[in-house]
Amino acid sequence: MAGDTSHGHEPPTDTATSMDVQTEVEEPSEGGVEGEVEARVGLRYTLYQLRQDPTALVGLVIITVATAIAIFTTIDANVLDYWFAETVWVHPARDPETVEVALPPVGMENVFGQGTWDHLLGTDHRGRDMLVRLFYGTRIAITVGFVSTFIGLVGGTVVGAISGFYGGWIDDVLMRAVETLYAIPFLVLVIAFMAAFGRSLMFAMVGVGVATIPTFARLIRSRVFSVREEDYVEAARAAGVRDRWIIVRHIIPNSFAPVLVQATLQIGLAIIIIAGLSFLGFGVQPPTPSWGQMLSQSRDWMIENPWFSIWPGLAILITVVGFNLLGDGLRDALDPRIQN
Amino acid sequence: MSTNEPLLEVRDLKTQFFTEEGTVRAVDGISFDVYPGEIVGLVGESGAGKSVAAQSILRLVEDPGAIVGGEIRFKDELLFGLEETGDGETRERDEMLSPSAIRRQIRGREIAIIFQDPMESLNPVYSVGSQLREFVELNRDVSSGEARTIAVDMLREVGIPEAADRFTDYPHQFSGGMRQRVLIAMALACEPSLIIADEPTTALDVTVEAQILNLVDDLQDKYETSFVWVTHDMGVVAEICDRVNVMYLGEVVEQADIEDLFHGTKHPYTEALLASLPRPDRTVDQLEPIEGVMPEAINPPSGCRFHPRCPHAREVCGRIDPDPRAAESEESAAGHRAACFRNEAFDVGYWESDPVEADAAGGFEAGLTSEGGESP
Repeated sequence: MAGDTSHGHEPPTDTATSMDVQTEVEEPSEGGVEGEVEARVGLRYTLYQLRQDPTALVGLVIITVATAIAIFTTIDANVLDYWFAETVWVHPARDPETVEVALPPVGMENVFGQGTWDHLLGTDHRGRDMLVRLFYGTRIAITVGFVSTFIGLVGGTVVGAISGFYGGWIDDVLMRAVETLYAIPFLVLVIAFMAAFGRSLMFAMVGVGVATIPTFARLIRSRVFSVREEDYVEAARAAGVRDRWIIVRHIIPNSFAPVLVQATLQIGLAIIIIAGLSFLGFGVQPPTPSWGQMLSQSRDWMIENPWFSIWPGLAILITVVGFNLLGDGLRDALDPRIQN
Repeated sequence: MSTNEPLLEVRDLKTQFFTEEGTVRAVDGISFDVYPGEIVGLVGESGAGKSVAAQSILRLVEDPGAIVGGEIRFKDELLFGLEETGDGETRERDEMLSPSAIRRQIRGREIAIIFQDPMESLNPVYSVGSQLREFVELNRDVSSGEARTIAVDMLREVGIPEAADRFTDYPHQFSGGMRQRVLIAMALACEPSLIIADEPTTALDVTVEAQILNLVDDLQDKYETSFVWVTHDMGVVAEICDRVNVMYLGEVVEQADIEDLFHGTKHPYTEALLASLPRPDRTVDQLEPIEGVMPEAINPPSGCRFHPRCPHAREVCGRIDPDPRAAESEESAAGHRAACFRNEAFDVGYWESDPVEADAAGGFEAGLTSEGGESP
């Protein structure tokens, strides 16, 4: 960020007052730029870094739009009972008998007729509006992405932090358990999980969450090994702070940066996995629309009406790319060695 | 200065590290006392076991290290102590404080530590004030509002300007000297009776070091806190300490009041340490370093541990291990002890023994072979 624009030296973490104090007290001879170089940690600095990164911003925009759609459709589905969908569009989950089937998108033609502005992206083989179903599919995708990653993140952080902090036999036991989990193929594990507990979105999310615990646990453990040797951890111990408070307050926050990056990437991955599960018939059950299940239903129509497959495929692609772009941007922003 | 009852009593403390290469005897039977209101120095080269000794007092030594012997007594509490069981094994004595009791009653509350590197001893993700307040809340049974007041007062006390404003600043916004002041504030804020300072000024430049030493001197007068001051710098010792323990390879080789140590030096190692100091009042072409390197504590030389590097070494030094004995003479006060056979308290035939040529490589070889330096 140094020297690209003349006004780019606005210090990201310091308000004008704290800057004044700092220059006054410590470095009367240094300019205000010094504070910017020093302040390479903290949320505001990270956000500042992100703003300098156009690809990360694209990712952030995609995620924001997708999340907004997901929130809107969740409210409509759960609180308003599809009131908005019923009045404006075709209900995404039911099978209306009146509408024409398999219309193409606007500007295209097929045996059923011409695309209309009523159905911007066309309709599926039961005449349901593709756009509406995509919107309601976003709800599922974003939910599973966040919930399953959150489960893996919390589980993995707890296991990894305890394992790394105590070491010794505790580390051995926990890590062998985690590696056992790691050794089982991902999809097999989740499918077995659902076979045992039942096919529902809930179990799909928990299954994927549990299956990602090893990734997070190993990641955070490797960081904890170095953080626990830091003097401030030793200082906290010497001041009589109890172990679990040291882990919560000192170890985890200082080990969290790579985990945050991994979590962002993992959300994208979880969306793909749950889409795959839905494609295989696990996960969301029809008629609730989800992208994976839409893809699955479109298989028989792929040649004549390819947009059945194209739209949900594109939706998955764009959303996942969004999370990956943000994840990469975060990695750069959190890595002190990379200076943009 | 000192009353009759020692605040801290360390007797024959042994701390060892069990590594794959063998047992490292980092601290090998040291004894010293700290009386209320005094600053006791623990001096020696890197690797002499000073920091391990300091950590042992608070039982902070971690696996693979362990305290294997000796006794540590603080006020009326037994911090560490072993007793023999019938079958020749030793076990921890019943009145010894449990790890959780040490944590709750001793650490921070009664004995605080200031670590060497002020850059690393503060957590970068929290503001300085919140870390200070955390320690105060934990160790002084006060509400968080009171803790904040105490914390701000303490920051002011250690000379942080505009303490109330800087309370919410993060460690990276402080300079090294300022951070060391914060750490001192942290240690003092819990009003302990003893502060262990583990080379607290080593990472600072000399002008800041002088400021910090003055600050500690002032605060020590005000709060009557005792200090164990770990350092390798004889200059710092002269500046701040009341009494000094010179350590070499896990053992205390000389114990003396500060005046005695500098003016009535009894141990050749202390002499050598003093000779290696740059002196502003004397211009020399070359400093006098101590010949050789300190052997590894994993396999210390036989007899006196310093003998492979000692200019006064004689044949007897390689055979018998001296313990610190009272070395009273007309110019030194009571309590001066030195572990050297040149001390008249010993009667092992040093003066009749043959001198050995001290060679520079002796120390290094001694680390590899137990017979190192013994051949005449």
